[in-house]
Order: sequence, then structure tokens, then C-alpha cells
Amino acid sequence: MSDSPKIRIRDLRKSFGSKVVLDGLDLDVGDGESVVVIGGSGTGKSVLLKCIIGLMEPDSGIIEIDGENVVGLPRSERDAIMRKFGMLFQGGALFDSLPVWENVAFGLMAAKHVPRPEARKVAVDKLAQVGLNEEVSTLSPSELSGGMQKRVSLARAIATDPEIIFFDEPTTGLDPIMADVINDLIVKCTRELGATGLSITHDMASARKIADRVAMLYQGKIIWAGPVAEIDSSGNDYVDQFIHGRAEGPIQMAVRRG
Amino acid sequence: MPRRMNPLATIGRGFLSILATTGRIALFAVSAVSHCVRPPFYPRLVLRQFLEIGYYSLPVVGLTTLFSGMVLALQSYTGFARFSAEGAVATVVVLSMTRELAPVLAGLMVAGRVGAAMAAEIGTMRVTEQIDALTTLSTNPFKYLIAPRLIAATISLPILVLIGDIIGVFGGYVVGVYKLDFNAATYITSTVQYLEQIDVVSGLVKAGVFGFLVALMGCYHGFNSRGGAQGVGAATTNAVVTASILILVANYIITELFFAG
Repeated sequence: MSDSPKIRIRDLRKSFGSKVVLDGLDLDVGDGESVVVIGGSGTGKSVLLKCIIGLMEPDSGIIEIDGENVVGLPRSERDAIMRKFGMLFQGGALFDSLPVWENVAFGLMAAKHVPRPEARKVAVDKLAQVGLNEEVSTLSPSELSGGMQKRVSLARAIATDPEIIFFDEPTTGLDPIMADVINDLIVKCTRELGATGLSITHDMASARKIADRVAMLYQGKIIWAGPVAEIDSSGNDYVDQFIHGRAEGPIQMAVRRG
Repeated sequence: MPRRMNPLATIGRGFLSILATTGRIALFAVSAVSHCVRPPFYPRLVLRQFLEIGYYSLPVVGLTTLFSGMVLALQSYTGFARFSAEGAVATVVVLSMTRELAPVLAGLMVAGRVGAAMAAEIGTMRVTEQIDALTTLSTNPFKYLIAPRLIAATISLPILVLIGDIIGVFGGYVVGVYKLDFNAATYITSTVQYLEQIDVVSGLVKAGVFGFLVALMGCYHGFNSRGGAQGVGAATTNAVVTASILILVANYIITELFFAG
């Protein structure tokens, strides 16, 4: 890990009513590194991501982006930091009122005030990067298959050349082949940009493919973190149960969503 | 659980939740309006909403006001004939249309047509994370989604009502002249004779307020919808019901302010 992490999280806490979701979580993500947070459904992976990206305000703790604590920062300053981010949402979250190219160019036009014709050119370039040709750019997102929507969503996430890209369950709902295609694209795109990646997933095939480091989230804490190569020899019962997908073991599945 | 059975506690809980909701809606409204007047603006989106709310509501509002004007002429004629006041039909039609019927009917129709659509669209965007996506793409959802709808609804409803006024009065004229055998010139004269500016203006002010309320309820319920398809369905219903009730309440209050003083 580099000396000054791109993202540094200390003692992050978030509760909903009496339900504690994040319970003093610590995590570092180095510059240019790809970290994958694994954990079962309802363990608070999405909450963690939303807290970092600024869609949710944590109860307490520190989230530093490039050394600057963003917790409790006023909206306008937070917005400036958000411009460093790109995000691939679980369901794609494409705007269905806009054609594909406007979806991809949305951040460029909104944040960087790139004129429409120019933004369109960039959008077509980014679509090409994820393996989609120009014909797709005028289609409506609802005309695309799930895998194609994910690609467009990935193109949108990388369109503004972000420094940090977040991936929320990038392979959920895709067949194994398309999942692998998306994983390859994630690796390729983040590498080309030199971007830092933070993903959350419960798909171990995906985690092994895109991660430099893996961190396991359980009961609101990171209980194990290490290079992806060491995940099979972690010596941690929880990690072993999770990566082998065993019903029997120390982990009890949460009933309610986190 | 004995506390749940206590009728007083049930009333109290209901009352508290109404107060809390009122407060949340008020805060939402303040925040939404403040985003309407601060840049960046989205003229393209405002225009699209004008089309959606104003232009596409024309047939519905036109038909509603046409038949209301017609039935008003017929009803008041048969009623007023009992005390030989048939001559007041034209005046009754024009005053009822401009002051009351055109704004309220147009408001309710637009609430059903547009308020529901807004809640469903924004609600779906909420549950499919499109609103979160807007935020991550440096776009404030209040400015991008809510402000254009509020602006377009508040401006386009008075225009709709003005057109509805004319169509409604025309409906009364058609029934009056062709069915009730009024003289056309006399009917038109008595239509404009007792009509004052305030009658039309009060109706247009009402329309503006109703338009704002419809958009506010549509956006509020859509924006705060939770839990998938069921949540969006509930948001849509709530948007229409609350907008309709608020229209009728606001209608009374505005009438009181204009004419009871």
C-alpha cells in the first residue's frame, strides 16, 4: 500500500434506528489500487459505498479522500469532491428518458459544461471502449439487454475520467459469460484511466478478477483484508465460509436489509 | 400489545404523523422553490414539462370545461325559470366558470393526469437509483427533476384555465342560443355585462396555486417513494389524493381572501 491512501476510512459508524449497520469500520484504498469489499447480503456493503460517495451521511467517523475528511462537509464542497468519482450502479440506473449517448455524456455536460456535439463525440469514444458501436448511441436504454445496459453504465461511469470509480455489485443479474466480459472491461477501463477502484460484491469470481486486495465486511466491521492471492489461505473461518459459499459456519445471515 | 389497543394513543400517533408529514412537505417545498430561482437552470426540461403538463392536458381540460359550461346553462335555466330569472343564465355561467369551475376542474384533471405521472416517473427513478445516479453525475435532482416541473405547472395551469374559461363560456352560449332560444347578441351582452376583472384574475391565481400544488405533491411523493413497485404505486395514489384535497382546501382559502374581505 502507498503511503497516503486515496481513500482512508476510520471508525465509520452508521445506524438505522436500533439497527447498527456500520460499527467502527476501518478501510484504506491506495492510489490506483482496486479493492473489493465482499460480504453477504444485508451486511451494509451498499451503506458503506453510499457513505463514501456522499449519498448518505454517516453518524460518525472519518472518510478521507486524498487526505481531506468529507464527513460533515457542506454540500457545495462535497459536490466538488464528487466530481472525482464515477459510479457503476447495481441496476445500471440509466436515465430512461434519454438516449444512450446522452446518458454517457451526462456527467460531461453537467459537471464540465462540455458542449453537446463535443460531449457526443466523447460518448461515442467511451462506448467504443466498452465494445459498443455508434448505432447503439441513439437507442433508448430500455431497448438494450441487461449486459448492454451494464456496458453503457460503465461507459457513463468512466466518461468524466474519474480518479475513483465505485462498482456496486457489477455482475449481479448477468449470465456468467457476460459477467466475465464486464469484469474484463472493469479491469481494462480502470487500468487505462489509472483510476482507483472500490467495488462491493458477493460474486467471488468477480472479486478474484478485479481485486488487487479483498476486504471482508461482517457485522459492520472489516474482519479481514489482504491481497487477493492470499484469500484462500486467510486462516479466517468467516472468509473461508464466504468464499466457498457454505451454509454451515460461523456466519449467520441477516434477515433485514442493511 | 396494550398500547396499540389504546384509542387515544392511536389518535395521537395519527395526529403526530400528520404534523410530521406536513413539516416534511413544507421543508421540501421551501427547498424546491429555492432551487427554482438559483442556477443552473434547465430551460430544455422546463419546455418539455410545459408540453407535458400544458399542451397535452388541453383536450382533457377543454372537454371538461365545455360540458361544464353546457350543463351549467341548462341547469341554471331550468332552476331560474321557477322565479322568472332566466335572463341571469349567461351571468351565472361566466361567473361560475371563471371563479370556480374552470380552475377547480382543470386542477383536479391535471392532478389525475400529470400528478400521477410525475409521482410514478420520479418514484421509479428513485427505486432504480436513477436519482442517486444524478447526484453522482454532479446534478442536483431538485434542480433537474423538481424545479422544471414546479415552474412549468405553476405557469401552464393559468393558461389552461384561461382557455378553459373561454371554452366553458362558449359551451354555455351554445346551449343558451341553440337549445334555450336566447338571442345571441343578448346572451353575449349579459355575459360581459357583469363580468369584472377580479373574477378572471382570482381564477387564474387559483390555477397557479393548484398547478404548484399538483407538481409539489407529485414530486414529493415520487421523490420519497420506497420499496419497489408497491412503493411507486402508493406514491402515485398519494400524490393524486393529497393534491386533490389540497386543491379544494386552497380553493376555499383563496376565495375567502379575494371575495370575503
